[in-house]
Amino acid sequence: MSRTVKMKVYRGEQNVGQFHEYDVSIDDGMVVLDVIHRIQATEAPDLACRWNCKAGKCGSCSAEVNGKPSLMCMTRMDTLPQDKIITVEPLKAFPHVRDLVTDVSWNYTVNKKIRPFKPRPKAADGTHRMYQYEVDRVQEFRKCIECYLCQNVCHALRNHGKHEEFAGPRFLARLASLEMHPLDSDDRIPFIKEGGGVGFCNITKCCTEVCPEHIHITDNAIIPLKERVADRYYDPIQMLFRVLTGNK
Amino acid sequence: MAYPVPGTREPFLATRRQDGWWVVPLAMAATFLVFVVYATWAAFQPREFSHFGPYISPFYSPDLTKWIPGFTWSPALLILWIPAGFRLTCYYGRKAYYRSVTFSPPACAVGKGDRDYKGERALPWVLNNLHRYFLYLVTVLVIFHWFHFFDAFKFDDGFGMGLGTLVVAADTIFLTLYVFGCHSLRHLVGGRIDCYSCAASGLVRHKAWKGVSVLNDRHNLYFWCSLVTVGFGDVYVRMCAMGVWNDVRFF
Repeated sequence: MSRTVKMKVYRGEQNVGQFHEYDVSIDDGMVVLDVIHRIQATEAPDLACRWNCKAGKCGSCSAEVNGKPSLMCMTRMDTLPQDKIITVEPLKAFPHVRDLVTDVSWNYTVNKKIRPFKPRPKAADGTHRMYQYEVDRVQEFRKCIECYLCQNVCHALRNHGKHEEFAGPRFLARLASLEMHPLDSDDRIPFIKEGGGVGFCNITKCCTEVCPEHIHITDNAIIPLKERVADRYYDPIQMLFRVLTGNK
Repeated sequence: MAYPVPGTREPFLATRRQDGWWVVPLAMAATFLVFVVYATWAAFQPREFSHFGPYISPFYSPDLTKWIPGFTWSPALLILWIPAGFRLTCYYGRKAYYRSVTFSPPACAVGKGDRDYKGERALPWVLNNLHRYFLYLVTVLVIFHWFHFFDAFKFDDGFGMGLGTLVVAADTIFLTLYVFGCHSLRHLVGGRIDCYSCAASGLVRHKAWKGVSVLNDRHNLYFWCSLVTVGFGDVYVRMCAMGVWNDVRFF
């Protein structure tokens, strides 16, 4: 059954623009991205919006729907209040390009700063042996689709612009996946503390709340990293023990 | 209209969210306020109302004044800083009070206002990294709670059970579930290991990590249940000792 909803979509370029209001006819089962496409088809063919898979797997159509960072393709219209105007606007933590499109390239720059997987030497039998139970926890982080909703909602980036000092939840999760890997031999703890700025996270779990893949970013990635940083830099007994034993 | 550039300080509580995002932080703040006011008041009360029959208030356990001659103030003053420190540095507790008390942020995608932010890299919040030390101390308190739980069956006329026994049991069980789901404990028992098959007792430590992870999954629930039951444990014992309530004896 079709009905009409009021949508307010942010239109503009390079941070200058305004909300445009559209009355859109929608059908059962539509998601926000369908409505954006209908606006493009009927009223605003120049409306810019990034999208690809429409299945919640490519992470392209991230936006803020009614103020909540969401994937437009996974936000069903029938989950939004129909009696109010629905707002759709671009992500706030990244530079605005046009309409609903932002420049997320800062994330790729951060990613390049992370030292890659460095496997330990092979065992005497020439193998790199590991067990499934050992990699279960790092495989959770491989579900990430890099939609950057977690980066966008993180107040350290969104409100305080700590882009130079803080890697953000997505890349702390990547660092966790490397640090916890049973075969990895690199030591990234100093980078996690300084370059990654794990201390900027105050674990309010907004990243976990918005993650469309339901990755427990805070509990399973960031807090374990904070504990490893605490081992190295904040635990006086462990620090004393390392001094006495000469261990790193 | 200029769209906010990244890092723009959104006005305090500014958001386009239409849901009731303010309900949870408000409820948390109200609960914290009630608990902190009551616990502070209770900590300065004389010890006469700290026990009733076989029950002892969790605020007064263990009574360290036995080992400090001349200490005439309430025993609670020697104890309460431990669970207070544990909860203040708790990873879930931090989320709760950063949102509801310091509004940093009040909720996801809600404005914080114009203020500087150093996160947990500077005083006072950098001290939260000492959470593990409060874990060690609070684990000792949990042991005392279990002793008091068993004592709560020992009435003057022999073995029995009253409503107070259930109150003490609820406090003890939820405190145990809360403490043994701690993120720091999860790290210490096995989370810090990368290669379990290479580490000494790796399989056992992996199982321990998995066990703590099960409790850790409900850490927020146990945080609140434990906060309420420990507070009500003191209220119940105090009210019975003051003669306001009568303990119901089951057998």
